[in-house]
Amino acid sequence: MIWSKLSRNRLGLIGLAVIVLNVLVALLAPFIATHDPLQIDVASQAAPPSAKFFFGADEYGRDIFSRVIYGTRISLYVSVLSVLFAAAFGVVLGAMAGYYRGWADSIIMRCMDAIMSFPAILLAIGIMAVLGARLINVVIALGFVYVPRFARIVRGSVLSVKQKEFVEASLAMGNSDAAIIFRHILPNCVAPLIVQATANLAYAILAESSLSFLGLGAPPPAPSWGNILSDARNFMLDNMWMTIFPGLAITLAVLGFNLLGDALRDILDPRLN
Amino acid sequence: MEDALNIEGLKTFFYTRQGVAKAVNGVSLSIRPGQILGVVGESGCGKSVTAFSILRLVPHPGRIVSGRILFQGQDLLRLPAREMRRIRGDRISMIFQEPMISLNPAFTVGDQLIEALRLHRRISRAQARDRAVEMLRQVEIPAPEKRISDYPHHLSGGMRQRAMIAEALLLNPDLLLADEPTTALDVTIQAQVLDIMCRLARELGTAIMFITHNLGLVAESADRVAVMYAGKVVEEGGVADIFERARHPYTQGLLRSVPLPGRRTGQGRGQLYEMSGLVPSLFDLPPGCAFHPRCPRRGEACLREEPPWREIGPGHRTACWLEEADAAPGQS
Repeated sequence: MIWSKLSRNRLGLIGLAVIVLNVLVALLAPFIATHDPLQIDVASQAAPPSAKFFFGADEYGRDIFSRVIYGTRISLYVSVLSVLFAAAFGVVLGAMAGYYRGWADSIIMRCMDAIMSFPAILLAIGIMAVLGARLINVVIALGFVYVPRFARIVRGSVLSVKQKEFVEASLAMGNSDAAIIFRHILPNCVAPLIVQATANLAYAILAESSLSFLGLGAPPPAPSWGNILSDARNFMLDNMWMTIFPGLAITLAVLGFNLLGDALRDILDPRLN
Repeated sequence: MEDALNIEGLKTFFYTRQGVAKAVNGVSLSIRPGQILGVVGESGCGKSVTAFSILRLVPHPGRIVSGRILFQGQDLLRLPAREMRRIRGDRISMIFQEPMISLNPAFTVGDQLIEALRLHRRISRAQARDRAVEMLRQVEIPAPEKRISDYPHHLSGGMRQRAMIAEALLLNPDLLLADEPTTALDVTIQAQVLDIMCRLARELGTAIMFITHNLGLVAESADRVAVMYAGKVVEEGGVADIFERARHPYTQGLLRSVPLPGRRTGQGRGQLYEMSGLVPSLFDLPPGCAFHPRCPRRGEACLREEPPWREIGPGHRTACWLEEADAAPGQS
């Protein structure tokens, strides 16, 4: 059902294609890259784009093309894991809040409000400062920051699905609360979750790049897009290829997830049909 | 024989900001095994809340305040939650009004039947599936082997309600609570679905509490009838007692306000009766007999005190002051 509608949505298909391309590049990075992304080559410092260096070379003579290719891995790794992290906690917390209401709802949702009251990137910077600059910590920090978005959406859906008679019927069948939440309510909340997750992947890519750019993401030699940009910022005016290509990579990945997210929202939101 | 269900003085109130709504205000009734009890009354008279009280699933902010619900001799209101959960769906099951939304749209019909079975019985998936197919065949769903892998939206309303009946009777319960099970269906299908439900219940020896506002359906299918008004049972008796020898003015009014087959309302072109007044607010029930503001035959006592129960025939009883007055000259 989703697929047949998506195949008629041109922008959504473009988004999907971009994402598939990203995933393929990440998986096949060793075969696509022309150089070792960490290989320093003093002779080719700041070399402009050429047949040898497709995207040019950076201040240490590292091939920017290969670094951007490997950077895809870091971006996808961080964004997918952090969204899974956020979704796992957000779904459980939101479902509990929506199902039990009362004090559980108040406590959980007020905590979520507290987290949301900080600008996402600022809170992530704070968490990274505490945890230290490691890749897995980026996942934790971004995941934590995004938990409330999932919790809110799931809580809302649970509130509406809970009213349906089949939930009452399954209570009358003698189901436990856990069985009702996980077997009967959550499967009916999947649509908004998919949309939120897709959109959030885009935010996460952007946030990871920002953190890396600020020196709080993947530790420096690692070829994350933010790092490449960060290394290049001092040479931006003279050697613009250093910033353009990683910038384009970020733009393309974010665009892909946003296009797909919008398309899925149009398809899955019953009010827009 | 022991009653399958015996409710005594059940009171379920809803504590809202506007006050206390006495939805069920002292209901007493009983059902024998294999018997079909029709519970009739206007909307908001407490029929459904009574059913939910039996399962102890009264929605917030409702609370069961007092009373006893004896199911096969044990008081359901005193059972621990875990025991109660084991009874739900297994020994007492319920069919809801809306077949359209009583099945989970995310799973196939088979999944839901199999899940229901395996929740209460230790059997394999294959066995559960066989049993589910068999049950779907019993409720006369054509090609049950195929239908079992359909999603609810593939089925028509009548089929869905039959699937619900299959789910409810799957575990061979002792008591089935059917809350307006056919109201959402086409008239032609209503009778069919009801037939299946009653036939199966008789075969399995299941007692049914059949909640409806449709007197015609009750006349056709029930053994006994309880008439409810404003959270109370006002008259209870066999089908013939209620439909031919109704004594309570409310029951009489109710009967005269609907056309029933085989009963003329008057000479020639009969006229339907219209009961004056409105159902009283549950927040503010009138003192004495709750029906007195609308009663054409109210007397002094009706305003002051609730009428007591009186046996007026074998298995036929009512709560009305008229009976007390009549009882004095020595009438049966």
